[in-house]
Amino acid sequence: MNLEALVENVAVDLLRLASVRLPTDVKEAIRRAYNKERSRIGKAQLKAILDNIKIAEQMGIPICQDTGLISFYLKAGSQFRGLDKVEETLRRAVQRATVEIPLRPNAVDPFTQKNTNDNMGMRVPYIHWRIVSGDSLEVTAFPKGGGSENTSTLKMMEPSGGLRGLKEFVIESVIKAGGMPCPPTIIGVGVGGGPNVAMELAKLSLLQPIGKPNPNMAIAQLELELFEAVNRTGIGPMGLGGDSTALAVKVKYAHRHPASYPVAVAFQCWAARKATALIGSNGEVEYLTHKV
Amino acid sequence: MRAGDVIFVTGTLFTARDAAHRRMAHYLEEMKQLPFRFDGLPLYHCGPLVKKVNSEWSVLAAGPTTSMRMEPFEDVVIKNLGIRLIIGKGGMGERTRKTMKEFGAAYAVFTGGAAVLAAKHVKKVKHVEWLDLGVPEAVWVFEVEAFGPLVIGIDSDGNSLFEKVQLEAERRKAEIVKKFVS
Repeated sequence: MNLEALVENVAVDLLRLASVRLPTDVKEAIRRAYNKERSRIGKAQLKAILDNIKIAEQMGIPICQDTGLISFYLKAGSQFRGLDKVEETLRRAVQRATVEIPLRPNAVDPFTQKNTNDNMGMRVPYIHWRIVSGDSLEVTAFPKGGGSENTSTLKMMEPSGGLRGLKEFVIESVIKAGGMPCPPTIIGVGVGGGPNVAMELAKLSLLQPIGKPNPNMAIAQLELELFEAVNRTGIGPMGLGGDSTALAVKVKYAHRHPASYPVAVAFQCWAARKATALIGSNGEVEYLTHKV
Repeated sequence: MRAGDVIFVTGTLFTARDAAHRRMAHYLEEMKQLPFRFDGLPLYHCGPLVKKVNSEWSVLAAGPTTSMRMEPFEDVVIKNLGIRLIIGKGGMGERTRKTMKEFGAAYAVFTGGAAVLAAKHVKKVKHVEWLDLGVPEAVWVFEVEAFGPLVIGIDSDGNSLFEKVQLEAERRKAEIVKKFVS
């Protein structure tokens, strides 16, 4: 098989894996939340979630009917052959996956309101590139539902407010979001850069494995504090009350302009669909998030 | 049915989300005849994932969508279509709550994202209207059996679990900020 066809097949597989099977870290976090939940209604919600995860996996059907707006995050080795063909290949994979899995058509023209019916459109799928050294291509499929996207927040804060302002803003954002982003959620916080950078970092945070502490001690501490703080709000599963509001809080930062302190909060519903594979130029494929 | 009760629905329900609500409200305002009569059927905020096998639709995943987006239209819909049960997720606003209280309607929550579980209880697609809006936005009529568990989030007396949780969260916020923000 040529490399182009391989990338296409792997991308279809990744979209299927992401849509149908949650990564182990997410499943474990939901199970932990279920065991700890003290609210009767909250626990019942988590039970339905766990049942749903199991049935979706057994039947090979997408976990949620909202199969998301599709994006790919790439770490591309500069020596990987045919980088110029990758975007085109990923677009073909999306069209195929939409029919084969199937995925719900979710790309709508913002002016005519017309659904393209194949999950393709202007800048959809969204493709995020990072060029690294080496000759392999790491592809992450990250189809994200609309409900949790809609509760994202961004604030250009006063630098004088510092970390305090950041914490308050995250807590406020979680309370304001209530049940709408389908809690328990993963909460991604991006700090610094400009507004676009902060939001990009918030979204990137959502791709971090849940159990793995941040290598930066100060940030690991901040993540833990925010995690405890938001889970004390009592919003709970589906906003019906309970202990489990967030499965994790992840933070990423960039240096900021002296005058600005941008903070972005991105929400990921419990159905945290993401799947990653590493494709070698020699045609070897390794799946990093799922056992296949 | 009181807020916090758990119910299951057996029978017929129909789906409508953003675009269908906008169009229904438009029809009702213009006094135009709707192409369907679903009076009294439960209204489900859902844009399903479906597949056409031969000429039959089958439902693969059909969890709820965020109900709050339907808030600007729901009072008109409740008043004119005789809706007594709304199913969705995330809760609804003050206008809907008032109208529900006035007309004796309740709002029930199906676990967001538990879409395959929901689809298992959909026995048949009876009908579909307004497919021109796109598959997720069309109005689907489902025959369901023991559809649930559904938690009554807002009852017909206007008691809302969401409001309770939200007020409690606001109350706790001061303590949380004191403990974690210093």
